[in-house]
Amino acid sequence: MSDAKSRIDEIVSNNEVVLFMKGTALFPQCGFSGRAIAILDHLGVPFETVDVLQDQEIRHGIKEYSDWPTIPQLYVNGEFVGGSDIMMEMFESGELQQLVGAPAAQ
Amino acid sequence: MPIAANELERLLREGIPGAEVTVTDLAGDGDHYSARVVSPAFSGLSRVKRHQQVYAALGGRMGGELHALQVQAVAPEEISK
Repeated sequence: MSDAKSRIDEIVSNNEVVLFMKGTALFPQCGFSGRAIAILDHLGVPFETVDVLQDQEIRHGIKEYSDWPTIPQLYVNGEFVGGSDIMMEMFESGELQQLVGAPAAQ
Repeated sequence: MPIAANELERLLREGIPGAEVTVTDLAGDGDHYSARVVSPAFSGLSRVKRHQQVYAALGGRMGGELHALQVQAVAPEEISK
């Protein structure tokens, strides 16, 4: 599991906006992942995706890493943002746009 | 394995102090739910921490026997009339 942790560490620190999801951006394999992609597409910023269905170690590791039981999971600037419900709430309030539009604060 | 709506409501009420819980069965299949939880326990907490409390109340069912649950976790003072 520590191997998964170091791999995830690397993914979230090397990608400003990264979504752990089921399937790919073009072919999401789950409604929640599809919703997350639709939101990211709307934001119009570049983002990376990781298909957890292709990687069992990441699939299980990310749940422990984030203390979050479900996929998708969004990371921005190395910080866990949430799943698709939180993404939707933050998109509707404008917070998500601010989060990905602004360079890493602090 | 599906879970009954009233069982879901019970778990959330018992797991989150002072929670008012509204569960909607989205697809009528006992597997896709939405839950709106209003509780003073959420005051001042981030969205992630609120959802983590909801998942904790479900005791590991989330992502397992419970596949799809949309969560809205609201503090009472945030409700706009």
